[in-house]
Amino acid sequence: MPTFFERRQLVVPGDLLAEGDYIAGENTFKLDNKIYASRIGLVDYEDKKVNVVALRAFYIPRVGDTVIGTVVEVGFNGWVVDINAPYQALLRASEVLNRPFKPQKDDLTQVLDVGDLVVAKIASYDRTHNPQLSVDEPGLGKITRGQIVKITPTKVPRVIGKKGSMISMIKQETGCHIILGQNGVILVTGKNPEDEELAIMAIHKIEEEAHTTGLTDRILQMIRREKEKKGGG
Amino acid sequence: MSQKVEKLIDKKGLRLDGRKPDELRPIKIEVGVLSNADGSAYIEQGKNKILAAVYGPKELHPKHLALPDRMVLRCRYHMAPFSVQERKSPAPSRREVELSKVIREALEPAVFVEYYPRTAVDVFIEVLQADGSTRCTSITAASLALADAGIPMRDLVAACSAGKVEDMIVLDLMDLEDKVGTADVPVAYMPNLGVITLLQMDGILTSEEFEKAVNLAIDGCKKIYAMQREALKAKYTSVKEVEE
Repeated sequence: MPTFFERRQLVVPGDLLAEGDYIAGENTFKLDNKIYASRIGLVDYEDKKVNVVALRAFYIPRVGDTVIGTVVEVGFNGWVVDINAPYQALLRASEVLNRPFKPQKDDLTQVLDVGDLVVAKIASYDRTHNPQLSVDEPGLGKITRGQIVKITPTKVPRVIGKKGSMISMIKQETGCHIILGQNGVILVTGKNPEDEELAIMAIHKIEEEAHTTGLTDRILQMIRREKEKKGGG
Repeated sequence: MSQKVEKLIDKKGLRLDGRKPDELRPIKIEVGVLSNADGSAYIEQGKNKILAAVYGPKELHPKHLALPDRMVLRCRYHMAPFSVQERKSPAPSRREVELSKVIREALEPAVFVEYYPRTAVDVFIEVLQADGSTRCTSITAASLALADAGIPMRDLVAACSAGKVEDMIVLDLMDLEDKVGTADVPVAYMPNLGVITLLQMDGILTSEEFEKAVNLAIDGCKKIYAMQREALKAKYTSVKEVEE
């Protein structure tokens, strides 16, 4: 039962990763008892499971994910929201209004219009239906202030860090409130634009250096350095 | 142009550009050259210069074209007006429409189309300069652009042609060899799975010659595949080095 690559080695689609009694994990597939990569990324052998951490991928909705999307269309009884995925999401009017929706009385554009940003949760999604969004939890709904950063969806776990270490560090150091969409869209709200800029700078640095080690410490140093520069000048 | 009786193979058995019969043209590949596309690749194979771009997967409009069980792969092969000696009309010709279909069918077996139903992936192939076997070079570039876009694939597709020129089976035909030669056999191949996804023949070959040509082309595909892998990896390894 051999494996053909070292851990964290770069592989491309079609590379033979392992042969024999292994389980095909993320971004891999099994054919005739052999496991191949299906995306460019870094291999990871984890007991009997073979994974590839993709370097290039797009966001695929999952029920329960928090996402940030843009309203692209106002329909008869809801909105169509672009969530940066292959499928557009639907947000029903009754969901937002918290009461039955009356087409004669309610003007949907008064609530959310094309171009508005919303924080929402994926309520349902499967192969046959486009994702449906819900905003019935505190913190979800229309975004009124803050700045948006977009990163590759595969790098979202890196911005969160181990048990949220990275994100809580950035929050603490910059004093910004950060909402992370699993689709790679991040909302940063701070007391002033300078704090927001600092947090955005940190997020971009994480995206660029996602595959390196000791990143949390380096980001912390960078933020402190920048703060000093501003404080001194 | 018409220097008639051109000797395509000289006494030493070398071809017009000095290649041996089983030698490929020099190849240069670059991945991720276009920032607006989701994935892209640029390839130079001899005098061929081809750019491939991939968009998607995204929702398909008009919606009635979407398939409920798989994604739609759409492909456009196009030659720039300045890609050939005589200006080519930019409107898609009969040949380009056919090649778009042939290339699509050569790429489709490599893509997991069943993963993302009701979506579309667009592949745009722009031939900037043509010098024979552009369909093969296009497939090589397009499969890299697909991989660069992060679309799940079974394998990369490498493509290469072989043919018969003056009673000799040769690899990787250039334009003149294609036009004056006896036969042309383009082959697209998935090297890890050992699957042929495109096989055509234009001209006349005996069955032995045909077999020889196909085997030669497959060997060529394997060499091209090695270069494809390096090019795809190079995009990420160069980033790594800069940071460390």
